This record gives sequence, C-alpha cells and structure tokens, in this order.
Amino acid sequence: MQESATRPLNIVVLVKHVPDAQFDRHLTGPGHTLDRAESILSELDEYALEAALQLAEARGGESAGNRVTALAMGPAAAVNAVKKSLQIGAYAGVHLADDALAGSDAAGTSLALAAAVRAVAESNGPVDLVITGMASTDGETSLVPAQLAERLQLAQVTFASELEVADVDGAPVVKARRDGDSFTETVEAPLPALVSVTDQANSPRYPNFKGIMAAKKKPVTVLTLADIGVDPAQVGHDGAWTAVAASAPRPPRSQGTIITDDGTAGVQLVEYLAAQKLI
Amino acid sequence: MASVLVFLDVPALPLPRAARELLTLAGTVGEPVVAAAHRADQAMLDALASHGAVKVYEPAGELDTVLVAAKAAFLADAAKTEQPAAILLGNSFEDREIAARTGIKLGSGVITDAVAVAPDLAVTKSVLAGSYTSTCRVRTGTPVITVKANSVEPAPADPAAAAPQRVEVPLSDAGPAARVTGRSGKRVSGRPELAEARVIVAGGRGMDGNFGPVEDLADLLGGAVGASRAATDAGWIEHSAQVGQTGKTVSPQLYISAGISGAIQQKAGMQTAKVIVAVNKDADAPVFEIADFGIVGDVFSVLPQAADEIRKRRA
Repeated sequence: MQESATRPLNIVVLVKHVPDAQFDRHLTGPGHTLDRAESILSELDEYALEAALQLAEARGGESAGNRVTALAMGPAAAVNAVKKSLQIGAYAGVHLADDALAGSDAAGTSLALAAAVRAVAESNGPVDLVITGMASTDGETSLVPAQLAERLQLAQVTFASELEVADVDGAPVVKARRDGDSFTETVEAPLPALVSVTDQANSPRYPNFKGIMAAKKKPVTVLTLADIGVDPAQVGHDGAWTAVAASAPRPPRSQGTIITDDGTAGVQLVEYLAAQKLI
Repeated sequence: MASVLVFLDVPALPLPRAARELLTLAGTVGEPVVAAAHRADQAMLDALASHGAVKVYEPAGELDTVLVAAKAAFLADAAKTEQPAAILLGNSFEDREIAARTGIKLGSGVITDAVAVAPDLAVTKSVLAGSYTSTCRVRTGTPVITVKANSVEPAPADPAAAAPQRVEVPLSDAGPAARVTGRSGKRVSGRPELAEARVIVAGGRGMDGNFGPVEDLADLLGGAVGASRAATDAGWIEHSAQVGQTGKTVSPQLYISAGISGAIQQKAGMQTAKVIVAVNKDADAPVFEIADFGIVGDVFSVLPQAADEIRKRRA
C-alpha cells in the first residue's frame, strides 16, 4: 500500500544552553572551558525550533501524530534550554546530562548526540529529521551538525534559508534553498536527514502565557550516558580528540585617533590609509 | 619528509590567494600534497606545482552534484592513501563541514578557525568571536585543520618547479547525501569574496538604504562589501554580505565600518581586523572603542570625499 501523502514526521531539534553573547565571555579552569554563567537558549537554535514546528504544523501538528522533541546536552542548567523550547512550542524534551560529558569536543559531542538521537528513535519510532541551528554561538566550530550526519549516516542539508518537506511518490523529501556567496542553490534529500537552518529561515515565535503554562505539563526525559550506551571514556576531556593547551583573552584594542569631521575628514582618512600603506 | 595534504575544492586560475596561503603553510610543516575535488588540467597542475605541490590527488569522476558527503569521502580516501602528517582546508562553511566529516571517517580530531600552525602542529586559533586566542592540539589521528584566510603571506611562485605526480582516487560510496537540484548565479560583482578579502568596507543602519558610497569606496580599494545585520535585514544588500556573529567572521587588513554602531554581535565578526576605521555620526557609538581611526561625521560626506581624494591621488 502506498504511504499516506501526509504521514506525520518525527523531528528532533538540537538546542544548546550557551553563555549570552551580550555579555563578556571567559574561558576558565585547566581545560580552558567556557564559563557558563548567564546562559540562555542559543539564539540560532530558535530558528531550528521554529523550522521544526512549522514543518510539523504543515502536516497537522501534534494531534496528527507529528513529534517535535527538543534535545539538549549539558550540565544541570542546560535543562533550561529544553524548558524554553517547550515554552516556545516543542512537544517534548530530552536532556542528556552526565558529569562525564564535561569538556567534550565536537567529536565527543557528536558521538553522544548520535546515541541520544538513537535513544529517541528507540522510544519514539524512527527519526525523520534532525534539525539544528547554523552554529552554536559559543564553540562556533560548526562541526557538530556535519559530524552528527556522518555518525548517523544521514543525508545532510546545511545552511538552509528556506525549508519544506514535500511528498514525492508518497515519500517525504526535504527541499531547501541555500544562499552562497556567488550563487543560490536548491537541494533536496530523502528522509531521514539532518538539516541546519540559518537565521534567514524564519521568524522564531516567542513563548506566550499559554505556552509557558502548557510547558509545565510537557515531559522532559533525562538521559545519562549509561542510558544511551556510551562509554564515558569516549567523551569529556579524556575522550576528546583535540585539546586546548593555552588560552588568553585577546589584548583589548587600544582606542585610536578619533576626529570630528570639520569638512576634511574624508581627506584625512585617505592620509591615514596612505600612512598605514593601505592604499 | 612528511607530507601535508591540502584540500582544494574548486581550484581556479590564477590560484586564489586562499589556496596559495594553504600551500605555503603546508610547505612550512612538510611537503605539500593536494587533494583537488575537481580534476585539474595541465595549467592547474603547473600552478599547483609552482606553489610547492609535489603530488595531486583527483577523484576518478565528477563529485559536484552531491554536497559535502562525497567530497569528505574523497578527501578521507586520499588521506588513507597518502598518510599525511596533517590535512589543511580553508575555513568556509563548506570546508569546515568537509573537515568535520573527514575527521569522523579518519577518527581524527578537527580544529577550525586556525590563524597559525606551528611546525610541531600546535594550532593557534581565535575563539569566542575573536575575544580569546587559544593554542590547541589534535590528540587523536591525523590533525585536520581549517585555516582562516589572510593568516599566511603566500610564498612567490616558482615557475621552474617540476610537474606534480597525479594520483587518481576511485569514487567510493559517500552514503546518503543531499543533491543539488538547481543553481542560479547571482550578479557577478568582480569583488573579492568577503571571507577572503584584504579590505572590507561595511555599511550599516546609517547608510539609510543607499549603499552606493560603500560600494564605490570598496571598489576603489579593491575590497569586498560587508554589512551589519540591520542593513541586510532591511533588504539594502544581500544577506551573504552580513558580517557578525550570525554572519561571516572576517579578518581583513583593513575594515572600514560606515554607519554601523558596533553592537557586540557586529564587533564579534570583525574585531580581529588589523586596522579598523569607523565613520559614524554618533560619537558614542561602541565601534569607536575599537577603531584605530574614528571619524564622527556623516557617511554621505566622508565616504565620497575619501573616494574623490583617492581618485585625485591616482590621477
């Protein structure tokens, strides 16, 4: 029998609790890890969540059997990223929390997240889409989505600025638009797939009072490494494939010359550039 | 001598500065070997050789309709054959994804955003949007390192260099992959790519919808045009021009900020520029805190006057 043209989707959205970039951020301790006070749901992950909610809503939402699960990995406070996601509209949350995860690099993070996605699939059914933001606003390596796709052997569609799931011969296919420097391209991939979205993909909704109240009743599953079958030696500081040997704040830029335009500032600018051998 | 494998996605002639930088850097660590995602013709091979490449790995067929998955499979296969001391790539979003997947395939650590690579493979990188510098090392496998543009002074070409050895890499199964179903070229500006540009003139809210003066000055200086998020969100310029935390991070020799207040997210994208010039009519704009040369004034008189002065000096 042909599959229904609108079979529900099972979507996992990766959400990260990151230090608020509005404040100064610091590396601390022997592992040169980020001080995580003043943390929030990563701004770029809100676009991923919104994309997931829109795809699910286009197929009838939660009542039609679609699932949107927000998954966060991190210490106890990281559950706040899951809770915020539930307030915004995610249907369920998963928090992967284990002391052994502290200091994980991209390889360890992608290993643990891949196992967590498999755990969601075991309890929820096959995952159709893993959706992420374009980058985290803390590590900024942009490595984790691609490494997760590699580990889960998913087709990878990154930096989508437009996104839809269309049914082609009864099977859902993700179609996206990507904007490069010199061209725009359309790409498509069969499900299951990993998709990352840019901040052009949508306008994230805000949690409203109803959403905040409803979030209190939504389930948050807490998983440990033992629950997902990951050896603690493969993650965290000890399992990392890369190590930070030293870190230092960039010396502050000393303020240079500031002039007020008296009608000759453009000429003075060119003189400055010439003196610096920049023209 | 150990080799260093340099991945070049779409080599073009003349060889882009970013490619020459990678080959030069590879030569300071070992013997440069290239993995080219597209087959190289004789002129390309000569150009690669003149910049130090002694061997060029090429795929046995075309890779370009599948996205990064196939390129990562090709690079990993080339690395398995070559067994280099390190693998170097550029730092574009796509290069970083190829590095990411190659790292998993090889069981190798990946370091992005490198600004220097020492002969012992200690990597200096800029982190937290340029507010910290760290030194890192790959502990497991063959170091896979993506290097920011403008990190190295490219060595001059040696036209007498011997032709590199060609090695064909059989296409292997890349696994499930997305396919490109359409591509439309945008207006070709002739300007350098933002991420690689040595000079960037960027405009913000203060340009009030008119990027003409920014574009004119950028063209006179052979630079790229950048923009703040406010300017791209307003639709004054394409989103690919956005510099900042949610756009591109740039490290040019000269960054001219015009009509941009310099909120922390914008600073994050450009504060590693060597020289920062700021023009803003608001004397309290935060961008002045990091400007080497700041002008409190109207962008619509300062920028055109500077452009006229440059034309006059060149006449």
